[in-house]
Amino acid sequence: MTEMQFFIDYSRCIGCQSCVQACAECDTHRGTSMIHLETIERIDSVQTAPQVCMHCEDPVCARVCPADAIKKTPDGVVQSSLKPRCIACSNCVVSCPFGVPKYMAEFEQMMKCDMCYDRSSIGKKPMCATVCPSGALTYTTMEEIQRTRRGIPVNSWKFGGEEVRTKVYVMVPREVERVEVNLVQIETTPKPLPSDPYDIALMLEGVEA
Amino acid sequence: MAKLPESIPEIVAEFGPHLHTVPSGGWIRNSHEEKMVKTHCCFCGQQCGIQLRVSDNKVVGFEPWEDFPFNRGKLCPKGVKRYMQDEHPDRLKTPLQRVEGRGFEPIGWEPAMERIVAEIRRIQAANGKDAFAILTGASLTNEKAYLMGKFARVAMQTANIDYNGRLCMVSAGAASKKVFGVDRSANPWSDIPKAKVILIAGANVAECAPITTDYLWQARENGAKLIVIDPRMTPIARNADLFIPVRPGGDIGIFNGMLHVMIERGWIDRQFIAEHTTGFDAVEEAVRKYTPDYAAKIAGVPAEMIVKAAAMWGPAPTSFLLHARGIEHHSKGVDNCLAAINLVVASGRIGREGCGYAMITGQGNGQGAREQGQKCDQLPGSRDISNPEHRKFIADIWGVPEESIPGKGLSAVPLVEAIHDGRIKGLISICFNPTVSLPDANFVREALSKLEFYVNIDFFLSETARYADIVLPGSLMEEDEGTTTNVEGRVILHRKVVSPPGEAREDWKIICDLAARLGQPDKFNYASPKDIFEELRRASKGSTSDYSGMTWQRIDDNNGIFWPCPDEAHPGTPRLYEGGKFGHPDGKAHFMPVEWRPSAEMPDAEYPIFLTTGRVVSQFLSGTQTRRIGSLIEQYSQPVCEIHPRLAEKLGIADEDFVKVESRRGNVVVRAKLVKTIRPDTVFVPYHWPLDRSANNCTIRAIDPVSNIPEFKVAAVRISKVDQPTDPIAMLEVQAGGVR
Ligand code: SF4
Ligand code: SF4
Ligand code: SF4
Repeated sequence: MTEMQFFIDYSRCIGCQSCVQACAECDTHRGTSMIHLETIERIDSVQTAPQVCMHCEDPVCARVCPADAIKKTPDGVVQSSLKPRCIACSNCVVSCPFGVPKYMAEFEQMMKCDMCYDRSSIGKKPMCATVCPSGALTYTTMEEIQRTRRGIPVNSWKFGGEEVRTKVYVMVPREVERVEVNLVQIETTPKPLPSDPYDIALMLEGVEA
Repeated sequence: MAKLPESIPEIVAEFGPHLHTVPSGGWIRNSHEEKMVKTHCCFCGQQCGIQLRVSDNKVVGFEPWEDFPFNRGKLCPKGVKRYMQDEHPDRLKTPLQRVEGRGFEPIGWEPAMERIVAEIRRIQAANGKDAFAILTGASLTNEKAYLMGKFARVAMQTANIDYNGRLCMVSAGAASKKVFGVDRSANPWSDIPKAKVILIAGANVAECAPITTDYLWQARENGAKLIVIDPRMTPIARNADLFIPVRPGGDIGIFNGMLHVMIERGWIDRQFIAEHTTGFDAVEEAVRKYTPDYAAKIAGVPAEMIVKAAAMWGPAPTSFLLHARGIEHHSKGVDNCLAAINLVVASGRIGREGCGYAMITGQGNGQGAREQGQKCDQLPGSRDISNPEHRKFIADIWGVPEESIPGKGLSAVPLVEAIHDGRIKGLISICFNPTVSLPDANFVREALSKLEFYVNIDFFLSETARYADIVLPGSLMEEDEGTTTNVEGRVILHRKVVSPPGEAREDWKIICDLAARLGQPDKFNYASPKDIFEELRRASKGSTSDYSGMTWQRIDDNNGIFWPCPDEAHPGTPRLYEGGKFGHPDGKAHFMPVEWRPSAEMPDAEYPIFLTTGRVVSQFLSGTQTRRIGSLIEQYSQPVCEIHPRLAEKLGIADEDFVKVESRRGNVVVRAKLVKTIRPDTVFVPYHWPLDRSANNCTIRAIDPVSNIPEFKVAAVRISKVDQPTDPIAMLEVQAGGVR
């Protein structure tokens, strides 16, 4: 299988925003970036996480679209809404489990990551996964990723009760088979956080000033 | 008369920095360009391969260059948006002259050059040749760096030429030369993923050398352990196996402490030391007292961290040390590097696959620009300007009497001090923005305003150029051609992509024209940068940084060639010191014992907090280019003061509050950013911004006695909450020094 696949390894991300800057250079939406880089909590950590469209096998965004404006290509890439059909209801925006689509009023349609379809459909790598200096975003073959990485790629997610399979893979430690996202009940008091691994003051406890 | 001719807001209104947000031709589809040119990023020392899209002699976009082996298409945000410096509204397209009360007005090349020559003659006749100085930069190509050194010594006959690499690579270079006899990273980057332990000392790799990240992560995939030493938890440190949050200036504690433990536990290679090195006894003696407890007090970290670092580094089968400005920007910068390198030599792990060490070059041509003779103490081929044989060799190449070549001049900081006290009265600068990049910025601005005559060559009117009498419009990297030498010591070729706009000229043409007018037409009679390279090759022959076997064609055909490359059949030298053969005449590595000493200014009751300065990923150096690119300013718009919540609480400071960071020399008012990823005794402010947003208002003019690098990484400050400033500077756009 020499097909190219998209892999995300959050642990590699250095928050440089090269992906964000380069996304805006892709021809299908030049000038507008579709990738979201989440900063977890800057006060606590420098951890960041890139979010591209995961290109679900059975995309919720498309299922909930009353205008049938969101299409998946035969090669599994879920596209931005078809502009003439999009009615700006934002159903896709609220339903996507990964928070990907955005309704862009300026363009009068929902726009999102299309895996640089102009590039990936002709065998080129998407912009973000070409420039990413850390390899957090990588576009390569399954063999290559298995050969070069310690973790394993998974594309199966569980959101509470719902299972989602995606075209895009994420790298996880070897023992993990599926990413389980447990929903936190807002009513219950959240558990106290474990001692902060990234707080330098805690690392230096007991050291004389 | 180098005072500002009109108010700063007036100059900014005309010359920027303004933001360029839409590429030439608009945000249209990119695929209709006329040509795509394979070249390199103009910014940092990684010198990533990149392709620029050109339409109608305009750069309109970029495309990754995936075949270039160093970065394989990868780019940081600066490289991605670099093309936005082209077709920029602020671009200088004619020579300018200062007109009192009116600012800068266009002037023709002819009267501009005539005036410059007359002023050089006048000042040198009245005050001696050395009263006219030259400041250059490490973003210049090898050809231009070579030309500047020759211009200073032959056309101007001034001893006083130095460059902004003085703020970058000199500590690393001096240390490397002392120990190994060669000033270059010892290994190609392809050795990094093969190392089983990697020690990163004072290098914010993710932000300052982003492409190196993938090499590090690849090493970890292969099972390497990563040790990071930094007062801040940088994005690399977050994933380290051991992160040591060192107190600013305490690095030697860690290095000497590690070596102490390694010796005690037998984790050194006695055989290698005996066969391939000298001076280990003195080092062993020096580190004897650096017990983990003693060392930890100096480093300001728990002693266990030092023991753990030694246990990871000591017995490893292969290893790699990377260091950068974090340990180098100190009044003991050279000693910091020596102590770190001692760990490499004592382990015997150098000169083999997966074993070695590298300094991470900061500026685009940080490596090459320090070899071609624009340092105050060097001639081309990294030759020593005080060595009679070296002088004779270069005098012959240049066709001048040896005694006509001036001696050693002043390095950048003393040179600016000499301007301040009136010994130097005239200045030509190119590719250097000292009002932002030198320490003690208030002093620097004062100095510039004392110059009798100042010529600035640049493509944008930098904050420093505002003090000029004449500004000459030079060339962007993509408007000229030439070679640079990347972080690995790989010499690469930058292609000409477009020609300079308007009346702007290629830098080398400006310099050759000036030289001719100063009476040396024959010695600067080059037809092209390639011509200059041919002379540079000969000038480097037989030196440590030998380029004589390289041609532009060979460089191009091979995706770069590593020096030394002594003849045209030679493949170049990616890895130095194979077989334990070092660059000194005795072929050995020379250990240097190092003793810790305090920084020039330590915190006290009045100024109780450490200030350390550095960079962010979306800006480059003094920001002359990157503060003009809209999406880069959007990414990180103004400097902030990173402060630990514990310290902030003590001072009554909340996130986003405005704070005044104040040293004995000046202050900077910025917003506070509360982060637990910094030591509670230290704050950090990035330095890319000018005027009242310049971290260098606070830094100290202390320099290392050997390398003369300034101590950017340690100053004592106090911090207080203030109201949002509303003065005219604060009201400027953020890229010009305002705040929001
Ligand atoms: S990730 Fe969201 S936007 Fe992308 S296909 Fe799945 S549901 Fe649709
Ligand atoms: S380019 Fe890569 S490392 Fe940089 S922010 Fe994006 S995903 Fe993270
Ligand atoms: S600034 Fe450095 S890392 Fe970034 S693209 Fe340019 S050369 Fe590469």
